[in-house]
Amino acid sequence: MAVSLGRDRSGHRRRRPGLRRQARLLPVLPAVVLLLVFLAGPVLWAFHASFTNAALTGRNARSPGWIGLDNYARLLSDPVLPLSLGLTVLFVGGSAILGQNLLGLTLAVLMRRARRTVAAAVGTAVVAAWVLPEIVAAFAAYAYFSRDGTLNQMLGGLGIGQTDWLYSFPMVAILLANIWRGTAFSMLVYRAALNDIPGEVTEAALMDGAGGWQRLAFITIPMIRGSIATNLMLITLQTLAVFTLIWVMTAGGPANASTTLPVLAYLEAFKFGDIGYGTAVASVLILIGVVFGAAYVRLLREGKP
Amino acid sequence: MTTTAGTSARGQLRSGTGAVSRAQQRARMPADVSLILIGACFVLPLLWLVFASLDASAGHETRLPGRVSLENFAAIMTQGLLFQPLWNSMVLSAGTAAVNLVAAVLAAYPLSRYQSRFNKPFMYTILFGTCLPITAIMVPVYGLFVQLQLLDSMPATIFFMATTTLPMAIWMTKNFMDAVPVSLEEAAWVDGASGLTALRTIVLPLMRQGLGVVFIFVFIQAWGNFFVPFVLLLSEARQPAAVSIFSFFGQHGAVAYGQLAAFSILYSVPVLALYVIVARGAGSSFALSGAVKG
Repeated sequence: MAVSLGRDRSGHRRRRPGLRRQARLLPVLPAVVLLLVFLAGPVLWAFHASFTNAALTGRNARSPGWIGLDNYARLLSDPVLPLSLGLTVLFVGGSAILGQNLLGLTLAVLMRRARRTVAAAVGTAVVAAWVLPEIVAAFAAYAYFSRDGTLNQMLGGLGIGQTDWLYSFPMVAILLANIWRGTAFSMLVYRAALNDIPGEVTEAALMDGAGGWQRLAFITIPMIRGSIATNLMLITLQTLAVFTLIWVMTAGGPANASTTLPVLAYLEAFKFGDIGYGTAVASVLILIGVVFGAAYVRLLREGKP
Repeated sequence: MTTTAGTSARGQLRSGTGAVSRAQQRARMPADVSLILIGACFVLPLLWLVFASLDASAGHETRLPGRVSLENFAAIMTQGLLFQPLWNSMVLSAGTAAVNLVAAVLAAYPLSRYQSRFNKPFMYTILFGTCLPITAIMVPVYGLFVQLQLLDSMPATIFFMATTTLPMAIWMTKNFMDAVPVSLEEAAWVDGASGLTALRTIVLPLMRQGLGVVFIFVFIQAWGNFFVPFVLLLSEARQPAAVSIFSFFGQHGAVAYGQLAAFSILYSVPVLALYVIVARGAGSSFALSGAVKG
């Protein structure tokens, strides 16, 4: 989704007292209040609560005590954290940056060359996995990868041994499921970007005798550099936040083997009732999001002519 | 699928002879084949949903139902299992989209029409807000709801869900509003109409389709949202389909996969339909420019 700052409408400016000019901004207020109460508030509260021993039940639920950096100290010495961080990096890197991004680009390039009907039909199939409610997609993926599911049926048909994917290779199953679910976004971004390349450029390259790969490497990719950067940023942020897909497919298991940061935060806060510690995990995730978000905003600002 | 080779060969004969089109034709066959293969991989997991929903004795495996039956659909057509959760989803999503639209339109109007030194910082802050991983703030939001005693409250959940999609809605609304020429409002201003009157009588009717896109966009997101109601709505009577389908999956002992698939399909149909409407209509929503020329 390419976002661009629209022009400011300054066509109609009359001199008015300063107070009235400020009053014009009043309609923004409801949105600002909502954003402060339900978005900025929880983020600030998160950083506060991560320094307390707030709990779901018991005495600490009513009057949480300030425990300083204890949660973070515990986080640093918790063997699950490096595992979870590593799994999150693997998940984002494997399913978004490599999987969705490259497959999306491949699809977009192929769709320009293929017949229109084929491109439209395949586009519909790819988009369908993306438009479906996340929990339905998760059920479908669960059935697909389960012991007697479609994947094993096909492997069996080819005479290849079958495995319990969700148990033996949970991350492989989750990575593939997320590629299946999310590639449509990259595909749509790249289709729009490729459509913006002027036809003369490609034609000139063809006249000069550039082959398909050369055109892709030296013309197409440099020309859609901006879209690639935007897309990478957005799919990274989206994938960082994926919870439902993992929760339905493996619930983070077996034995934490697929516990990414969102799942870990949920488990700590709600399953083990340790809100303070869960919020510390969530705070780490928010910080990662803030860094990527800031980078994204900068990228868009600099990209403007 | 088997006719692809034949028809594409015919297509080659028919089209022009320029360097570009000849190269395109050479690339067409492999492109068609690879696309179809990738497309098949995307369709496979979905086939299970369709087949299992029509199969009274469905399991995990994908197979053509021995006897096609609508038993699964009939079995879930009860008030508690299907209609109440779908109604809750409806209330939650429509409420979220409505709150969103009102707040976004009000916010977008001054941002689009008046110049102020707050505009740019505000828009960039909003843009930044679209990047926050909502999953990460669910634990703190739960804490906030406990403190304010808002847990299990439908209105509070609606306002929270509206806020999570509000940044994106404000961006989209402002872009649609920027596309409505200011010159159309000038006459109203000269006649002494206030900004908000001009917004209501002139701008909103002209950006009707854009508003529709924003509404549907937010509605689809809210309809598919599982995690937020999963954490914030506790009683079964208030849970939307996304959550009830999950407990359906987990708690009823031996899972009735056929019914699960049937439920999934009925629950997905509204968003698929709405998506088609947006995808079809997106092109025509910018057809306002004619209004100035005339």
